Order: sequence, then structure tokens, then C-alpha cells
Amino acid sequence: MEPDRESPKPSAPFALMGYFLTPAEIHRACEALRDAGYRRFDAHTPFPVHGLEVAMGLRPSPLPWIVLGGGASGLATAIALSWYTQAVAYPLDIGGKPAFSYQAYVPVIFELTILFAALACFFGLWALERLPAFYHPAMKHPSFPRATDDAFFVSVEARDPRFDAGETRRLLERLGAREIEEVAP
Amino acid sequence: MSATTPLQIDVADDPRVRAPLVLGAPDFRSITDKVAGIALGGGPRRWPLALALTVSLLLVLLGSLGELVARGTGVWGLNTTVGWAWDITGFVFWIGIGHAGTLISAILFLFRQKWRTSINRAAEAMTIFAVLSAAVYPVFHVGRVWLVYWLFPIPNQMGTWPNFKSPLLWDVFAVSTYATVSLLFWYVGLVPDLATLRDRATSRARQIIFGVLAIGWRGSHRHWLHYERAYLLLAGLSTPLVLSVHTIVSFDFAVSVIPGWHTTIFPPYFVAGAIFSGFAMVVTLMVVARRIFGLEGLVTLRHLENMNKIILATGTMVGYAYGVEFFTAWYSGNPYERFTFLNRAFGPYAWAYWTMVSCNVIFPQLFWLKRVRTSIPAMLVITILVNVGMWFERFVIVVTSLHRDYLPSSWSYFRPSLFDISTFIGTFGLFFTLCLLFVRYLPMVAISEVKGILPAADPHPRAEGHHGA
Repeated sequence: MEPDRESPKPSAPFALMGYFLTPAEIHRACEALRDAGYRRFDAHTPFPVHGLEVAMGLRPSPLPWIVLGGGASGLATAIALSWYTQAVAYPLDIGGKPAFSYQAYVPVIFELTILFAALACFFGLWALERLPAFYHPAMKHPSFPRATDDAFFVSVEARDPRFDAGETRRLLERLGAREIEEVAP
Repeated sequence: MSATTPLQIDVADDPRVRAPLVLGAPDFRSITDKVAGIALGGGPRRWPLALALTVSLLLVLLGSLGELVARGTGVWGLNTTVGWAWDITGFVFWIGIGHAGTLISAILFLFRQKWRTSINRAAEAMTIFAVLSAAVYPVFHVGRVWLVYWLFPIPNQMGTWPNFKSPLLWDVFAVSTYATVSLLFWYVGLVPDLATLRDRATSRARQIIFGVLAIGWRGSHRHWLHYERAYLLLAGLSTPLVLSVHTIVSFDFAVSVIPGWHTTIFPPYFVAGAIFSGFAMVVTLMVVARRIFGLEGLVTLRHLENMNKIILATGTMVGYAYGVEFFTAWYSGNPYERFTFLNRAFGPYAWAYWTMVSCNVIFPQLFWLKRVRTSIPAMLVITILVNVGMWFERFVIVVTSLHRDYLPSSWSYFRPSLFDISTFIGTFGLFFTLCLLFVRYLPMVAISEVKGILPAADPHPRAEGHHGA
């Protein structure tokens, strides 16, 4: 750790960033980057721009499978809970009904299925996004607060094999990006 | 005039022309400024006064509950015949109000009703606050409130478990699931807007608070990809959930064998009533909030008119249910059922029954007239009347069915005690205190969602003739 901190050599940038002012421009820019062979780039937008995931060449989210798993575990938990508590641990004879009168347990089973699925959706979402993350190099761009307001940022990461400080900058310039800057990691 | 100036009209008279979703052709920045400005600005001048008023009511609630905990549930006016009255009435009243928020945020989302974006945030907040107000009742009605955890299936030294065949236990699961899922859904929706507030906050305290709450959201499209999927999934989960919650609330009554409760129409009837009362509360609150905070361009007359149409539709369904109840009572041939319903309409609680009918069935019918459903004063009065009527509906169902027992010697008449009344008034203090804190400190309109429905948000503007992907 020590030698790293002391060496004054210029560190490699994390990414090259710039921004646009319309959804159409960011859409065109992402298409151009994708078609130029870039993979490690991202868009930062104030709202989800329709169709941008196609322009960026992203794969669909696996979240539905996580939620399905959550729902299935909720279902299994609820069946086990109602069976164990009502039929094994503490059977109550109410109107001569069988201890495991599963019809009467449907409301509880349904609610727990929904609850587990929703919790899986909530925590699965943040896990897939690696959030909370209170620091990210993209936040270093001086105009980045506008990404949650009215600007549509693009960031091309330096670790992308196609990345070239000069060539990538020229591509972004050609696309009309503003305030093109390198951000440190 | 409507066809030539589409950005100025608010409610289109020509059915072929759709009124715009937001007025005044705002750009992205102006929406941020408008909504974030409210949450980050100094707040309206009278806001502290309003908060002082609602906090006083909240203190009334705390005092009433303190009295109940100290002396027991006997401080309410319940008697051996009417063992349930204002408590369950208040519980169902508040839970019902919450349902409109979920309907707007989830069901209208699944139906791709874009007009919901201006009102969904406030309606979802209202859901959570209403469910909290509702929860006061069952939690404190147990009397020994420190044992309220007995409601949940928790292993204990007595070796006992709650009875899963009881609708009251179903209610515990339904309401706690509903509260949890509503909160998660609301928070997921808030995160991008909290990031907007974080990026625009100037005071250190707000930067830190919003920074923590926004959990580092940076608008990454790799995040939006999962986020939009999560939003859709939560909407899909909330939709059957919200229908199940009021269904299960109605089971509290329908599963019993009390005449007037034991009917199969209860679940749909309760769900329609819940949506009816909830929309009425949303309209009441939004009419006031849009005026105070100058949001007429975002929450337009079109939004209010659409909600009034839903109030008209659900009010008519509720009226139909009132009719069917009488038909069923007559057609069943059951003398107890027949007696109960005649007693409802013409017995000692006839005043409550006819208050309910006029508020819920008669007045909302005025919304057939466009002039009425687009008039702010008219809708304010009618929506308040609807909530009065819906409170009476639950009171009528609960008390009229109970006060005439099978055994005439136990017939009685319920009169609320001072603490019944103060507890109910106090729940309004809780609800409105939370509402006031919400509109003052959090974005009450979903900033990122409203930006997404602007014409400028389309990445393929028509003029370019782009055919899309």
C-alpha cells in the first residue's frame, strides 16, 4: 500500500464521460458505441429512456427469476408453518374440522407468498445493482448532479478493450457530447 | 379551440382530443425545479400552523390510547351485545382509504394509464399513512398492548400457536404484508427522486440525509434496466395483494354467522367500497395540495376528472351492493336476515343508514355531469361526503348487525364514549401529521416518472421519422 500512495505517476482514468441534452442524442450515442464494439460503457439518465437497453446491447434482467424463487420459498414456508403449527404442534378441534384444513390456510399461504416475493424483489434489485454504494467514479464529473435532473450522461470505461483515450474522445465529440472529461477511479 | 392549442387545454370537450398529461409544456429542468423546490424550499407560510393543529390532534390520540392502556378497553362504549363498534369501523375505514394508493400505483400502472404518474407518489404515501392509522385499532384493542406480538406465530413457553382457521389471524397476515409491500414499493419509487434531492440539496444535513436515503443512485441505465423490471414485478404483486387485503377484511365479517355479515357479496363489495373511499380521499388531499404548492400544471383537472369518474363507477357498484344485500335477505327466506335488513333501514339506526345511502349512492351520481366533476368546490364537497358515507357504511354494517342479537333480551343500543370519539379524531391527527411531513420534506410528485411521460422524453421524435428498433 505504502509505495502506491507515494508514487506520483499519473493513474489511469476510470472512464471518459460526457453528456447530452436529449434522449434522442443519448440513444444515438449508445447505438454508436455498441456498434463500434464497446461493451463497458454506461448511460446515466434522469429517467429510463425507452429502448436504451437495446441501444446499449444489455441482456434482460434476471430479477423475475429471483422473485419467482422468493415466491416459491414463501409458498413452501407458509405451507410448512401452517402444517406444523396447526396439525403437529398445537392441533385445535374447531367444529370437528381436520387439523390440517388447508382450505382455511389459503389466505395466510397467499399472503406469505406475496410477502416473500416482494422482499426478494426489493433485496434482489439492490443486490443486482450493487447498491447501496455511496461512491462511484462517475460522480466525479463536475456536471454529474445534472444526471438526476436534465442531462443524459455517457461513460466509457477505460478497461474496455476498445478504449483509447484519443479515439474514444473523438467518437464522443463526433456524437456531440458536451464537457467530455476523464474521471479518476 | 381544443384542437389548435393542445398544451393549454386542461379537459378536452372533444372526445377525440386527449388533454395533455402535464400543462404548460415544461422541460425536464422545470419539473425538477418545481417538485424539488417544494421539498428543499422554505415551505408554505401556514405550514407550521397546520402542523401544530395536526400534532395537537395526534396528542389527543396518544392521550386516548394512554387512557385505554391504563384503564382497559372498557373506556370505549362497547357492551356485551355490541362488542365491536368504532374500533373496527375506524380500522376498516382507514384500511379502505389506503387501497386507492395501491390501485393508482399498481393497477393503473399495469393498465399503462400514464396519467397516474402525477398522483401516484402522493397516493402511495397516503396508503402507508392510512394503514398506520388503521393499525392503531387492532393493536390497542387487544387491551394489553405489550402482548400484541401474540398475534404472530412466534414460538413461546406455553407451546401455543395462533389459530390459522380464524379470519382475524388472516387479517394479521394480510395487513402486515400489505403495509410491508406498500412501503417497499413506495421506497423503490422514491429512490431516483431522493437522488435528485441529494444532488440539489444545499444544506449539509439534507445532503447527508438524502444521500443516505438515495443509497448512491446514479441513474445508471444498467440500474434502470433492473429497476423498471422490479417496478413492474412489485406492481404485479401488489395488484392481487390489494384485492386480497380487503377481501380478507371482509372475511372478518362474512365468515361469521351474524345476519347481515354472512354474505358472499362481501369481498367484491368491500373492495369496491375501499377504492371508492380511497379515491375520494386522494381527490380531497390533491385538490388542497395542488393549490397550496402551485402544482396545477402537474396535477391537472384531467387527473381530478379521471379520479371522479372512478369515484362515480365504484360508488355505483357500492349502491348496487346495497341493493343486492336487500334482495338476498328477501330471497333467502331467512327471517333473521330479513329482520336485520329491515331493521337497518327503518330501525333505531335508520339515521345512520340513510346518511350512508345519501353520501355514497346519491351525491356521487352528480359526477355524471361534466360541470360537477370538473368543478373544484363541487368535488371537494362530494369527496368529503363520500368519506363520511363510507365511515357510516362500516358503522352500519358492524353495529346494526350486532345490536339486535338472536336473543331479544340482549338487544341494546351503542353509544360511543368520549374515548371512542377522541381516538377516532386522533387517528386523523396521525394521518394528517404524516401527510404534512411528507408533502413538506419529500418529493410529492414522482419526478423521474413525470419526466418519462413528457413528449420530449421520446428518444424517437416523430419529426425524424425514425422507425425504432
